[in-house]
Order: sequence, then C-alpha cells, then structure tokens
Amino acid sequence: MFTLLNLAQPTSLDEAYQVLSAQRNNTVLGGCAFLRLGSRRIATAVDLSKLNLAYIQETEEEIEIGAMTTFREVETSPVLQNYFDGIVPKAVSHVIGVQFRNIVTVGASVFSKYGFSDLLPALLALDTDVQLCMGGRLPLAAFLKNPYKKDILTKVIIKKNSRKAAYQQLRNSHSDFPLLNVAASELNGSWRIVVGARPGRAKFARRAAEVLSSGGVTPENVNFAANVAAEELHFETNTRATAQYRKALCQALVRRAITEVEACR
Amino acid sequence: MQITAIINEKKVIFDVAADDLLADTLRAQGYLSIRKGCDTSCCGLCTVWIDGKPALSCTVPSFRVNGKTLVTIEGVQKEAEEFAQVLAAEGAEQCGFCSPGFIMTVLAMKQELPNPTEEQIIHYLTGNLCRCTGYMGQLRAIKKYLGVA
Repeated sequence: MFTLLNLAQPTSLDEAYQVLSAQRNNTVLGGCAFLRLGSRRIATAVDLSKLNLAYIQETEEEIEIGAMTTFREVETSPVLQNYFDGIVPKAVSHVIGVQFRNIVTVGASVFSKYGFSDLLPALLALDTDVQLCMGGRLPLAAFLKNPYKKDILTKVIIKKNSRKAAYQQLRNSHSDFPLLNVAASELNGSWRIVVGARPGRAKFARRAAEVLSSGGVTPENVNFAANVAAEELHFETNTRATAQYRKALCQALVRRAITEVEACR
Repeated sequence: MQITAIINEKKVIFDVAADDLLADTLRAQGYLSIRKGCDTSCCGLCTVWIDGKPALSCTVPSFRVNGKTLVTIEGVQKEAEEFAQVLAAEGAEQCGFCSPGFIMTVLAMKQELPNPTEEQIIHYLTGNLCRCTGYMGQLRAIKKYLGVA
C-alpha cells in the first residue's frame, strides 16, 4: 500500500510543477490504480483534478485528450469512435471493467510508459504527440525513447487524417494484463506496426512495416511481414507467458491486425 | 483534510488522510455493503457510483470525492431488492459476497445502456468477478430484469 504524506491540489500548471519539483519523491497522481499495488512513500502527491484536464476536444486538424480524461471517457467518446476505425476506444475497452476504466487516466498511462499499456500501441500507430509542462510538445515515439524526467503531461494530441487502423490483443482472462498487443495502421500506402506488452514497452516493428509499404499487401506479404515482426522484436518471459509464446503470438496478432486494416480500406 | 460529499442523498462531512481510500472511508462511515475482495482493482466488489458512474471505491483516494455525489447499495435498496429477487429466482446467487458490487454495476448499466445486447451486458460486467455461479445464471437474471432477449 502506498503512503502519501501530503497532498497538493494546485489550481495552475505552474503551481503544480513547482510542487512536483520541490522534492525528489513528490509525484503526480493519475487514477492511482497502479500506484496502489506498490508500496511507494510519496512526500507530496500532486493531484491535477482542479486543472480542468479531463476533456476530449476536436479542432480542425487534431484531437486533444486531456491528461485527466478517463479510459471510459475515451471508450465512449463519439469523436474518437469516428476516427481511425475507433482504434483508441477499442484498445482501452479491454482494460478490466467499466468501474476501473472510470478511474484510470490517459495521462498516467502515457506518462508512466507502462509496458502493459493497451493505450500506447494504439496511440503510437497514429500520428500522436504529447504536451508536457516543461518539455513542450514532442512526438509520442520520441517521448517514449527519452529517459524519465520529472514533468507533467497535460494532453495527448492526435493528428486527424485518413489513417486506417486496427488493434489486436490477447489476455489470459478479461481482467488481466495483455499477454501481447498489436496495433497496425496505414496511410497512403505507408504502414506502421506496433507491438506492446512484450512485456516491455510498445515498439515499432519497422522492418515488418517496410515489407508492406514497399511490397504491397498480398497474402504472402502479410505472412512475411508477420514473421519479420516476430523476428525483429525482442520478447521476454514473465508469469503470464514465455518469450517463445509471445513470439508466436506476435505473428498471429500482426497478421490479424494487417488483415483488419485491409478490410477497413 | 475535511471532505464534504453527498452520500445516498445525505450531506456528509468527514476527515480523511491524504492516502485514505474510499472503500475504507465509506466502511468507517457505516456503509458496510462496501466489500473488499481482490484489493488489486479487478473484482468489482467495492463498486459505488461517483457522480452517477460506477467506480472502484478500493482504488479511488477519498479526497477525490470532495464535492461529489456518491451512491452505495444502501441508497438504491428498492431497485437492489427487485433485482436480487430475480437473481435468486434464476439460481444466480450463492454466497452473495459479490452481490452488492454486482448489483451496483447492473443498475448503472440499466441507466447507461437502453436495451443492451447480450454482448454489451457481458462487456459491461467483465469487471465483476463471481467465484460461485459461473455467470450464466447472472446473465439470465439480468436479461429477465431488463426485459431484453
């Protein structure tokens, strides 16, 4: 069980960052679902509830998702259901149950770069940026590569375009973490394939995507791309699945995701 | 810190520590229908409504409900009894430990989804675990209660 010694509920982003950076073990709170599984001792918890960061809004070119938006709000958002074949709502709809999804937040899931995240592969398959309080705006892929640095993620920004996308995952049971998850997308003949829960953080399968982008989507090429994805990525064993099983699963889920994207075109 | 919330239509003021969780706070306030099962945020036993939405009280920090409206099963007793009778008639209630959380989720679904399909019902209830019934009796009871095929 975690311990919070003090609580701050700032009303401005500047104030939130000041509190966060004042002491090494001050931490921003998200939905607290993962935090409560550990035993962290936090000097001052920074709660962002009063910063009006729970929103999904559509502008002419982008869709913005505030950091405190819950997974359930993402799942039921008509805006997100209308774009990219609903990949983002579909990805989060597998996370435990409605009561859980009404709590967990987009900001915490993205900022914490969880390997088991269902949301990250879907966002990576799209043209997604993150907005940080101090770090500014940067592509999600770059943010995931950067080493951890204290900051506050305020929103996730998805560029609107005609990208077709699909999400596939497998779990031992509904309320468990995914054994593996895959997102695939295509825009103007250019493909992206992302594999997460390996169990490490979601990564692009760049060579596999290149197979499809340069060679087209034939049944042979789909199988070949699935095999390439399984070969180019690293898989590990944990209590849920072996590396060998994940590798085999990767082939099947990549194949299914590509086929699903093709059906959407 | 002092928290003010409307619980089952009554204004309640109580003190909480920064790391108190809602399930413990509510039980300390006498709402003993709240049960803790898994303690890992996945069984649904502790479900309450926060501003009308079902949420896991074992996971929500108590300070987050300041100014909010909460409903526990004590606040929807009439509807809960009606549904519990259907559950019993379908042989879907055995030990009953999961029932408060399960009933709160079903009643939330009733408000949120008009005429849900079987697939929607199953999807909505994946966050409620029951170790006795095997779920088929519950599914029959929900369909009967909601009057859907």
